[in-house]
Amino acid sequence: MVAMSQVLPLVAAAYSERLTRRNNSELTQIWDLLDQVTDPEIPVLSIWDLGVLTQVEKQQEKLLISITPTYSGCPAMDTIAADISSVLTAAGYQNFSIKRVLAPAWKTDLMSPEGKAKLHQYGIAPPLLNENCCSGQCFSIECPHCGSLNTKTISEFGSTACKALHQCLDCNEPFDYFKNI
Amino acid sequence: MVSDMNEETKQAVLNYTIRLGDDAVVIGHRIAEWCRNAPFLEEDLALSNVALDFIGRARMFYGYAEELADDGRKEDYFAYMRDHREYQNLLIMELPRGDFAYTMVRQLLVDVFNLYYLEQLISSTDETLAAIAGKAIKETRYHLRRSHEWVLRLGLGTDESKIRAQKAVDDIWGFTHELFDLDELEQQMADAGIGVDNRSLQQDWSAKVKSILEEASLIVPEDSWKVKGGREGYHTEYLGQMLNEMQCVHRANPGLEW
Repeated sequence: MVAMSQVLPLVAAAYSERLTRRNNSELTQIWDLLDQVTDPEIPVLSIWDLGVLTQVEKQQEKLLISITPTYSGCPAMDTIAADISSVLTAAGYQNFSIKRVLAPAWKTDLMSPEGKAKLHQYGIAPPLLNENCCSGQCFSIECPHCGSLNTKTISEFGSTACKALHQCLDCNEPFDYFKNI
Repeated sequence: MVSDMNEETKQAVLNYTIRLGDDAVVIGHRIAEWCRNAPFLEEDLALSNVALDFIGRARMFYGYAEELADDGRKEDYFAYMRDHREYQNLLIMELPRGDFAYTMVRQLLVDVFNLYYLEQLISSTDETLAAIAGKAIKETRYHLRRSHEWVLRLGLGTDESKIRAQKAVDDIWGFTHELFDLDELEQQMADAGIGVDNRSLQQDWSAKVKSILEEASLIVPEDSWKVKGGREGYHTEYLGQMLNEMQCVHRANPGLEW
């Protein structure tokens, strides 16, 4: 993980805020429970890591779970909602609802640093922080295989809407970059 | 909040929202037609992803329409159960995909429009429309980065790619005027701070599009003809054909969900 020095030293404000929300919550056990729910397309990431899980609240006796979509057309949202439902039900919770919120819009700065490290290990270059990028790519994207910064963009879109396709010019391996938005 | 709206406003916002959904679903479907037909694999994936963004955008608008209508019509109803006369998308969205140059030139013209339009819609007094705009504009910026680069590559590429890109610009140009038209409903929505005054976008749009076309060494056409009618439900012959294909599964199996 040493090679992550380009990304790790800074934690985005958006993430810190979300972390504070979780740490100050009286429903810690629910947040912890929902760490079991992962993204169906990138199973190493929990919905917490991804920034999709934004709030856990109680309204009277009802649990209210808020999630926000990564991309407008992200087909994973239905699966994620269904998975949250099963995890809560299996843990004995019956009175809950799942709310989809659009604002504030999801951004990659909401991702957890642990999530980014897991992406890197999984072979996907994690997103740079927005403040490190000026309208695209001022920084080179680091190859998750060999750590080289000598890489190029092959296509602005990869296998899913959230990724772009890059190639390492040193080890020649193509890799996905979780693009920052 | 929908609950605070009077009946008349609710109806107007509903119609306005359906139009935005129509724009998104129609161009989304046109781009999706490239799936497995694009010139190479990466482009196939890229276009499919752009299409997905637009279809997701349509779902957000239609989902809001479902809430506003509150009469049992679901988002699928708006997409799959209405005929071409009921669709109120701008004509530029429905034009057949043409060749790759045609698709990318249309995309550029639409992306620049969406950029300026969504920048305004973010400040809508309607919270839901503002939230959808806040989400969609991030995707539009990314789409524009790509369509901009492609138009440069086509305009500055081979003789053939330049000829095709120029032909696309010439063929589509007359459909761009409609983007800056305002009918009674749109005027009402703009006055209420809910919608956008499209006329105010024209100057920025023209400047940006012209600079990109010039950068690509393509000629900006004269304004010699224009077509409109989409917002009134008057379409080109192509929309009916497109909807026929897009809606056939749902119409054969009404209420089907997947």
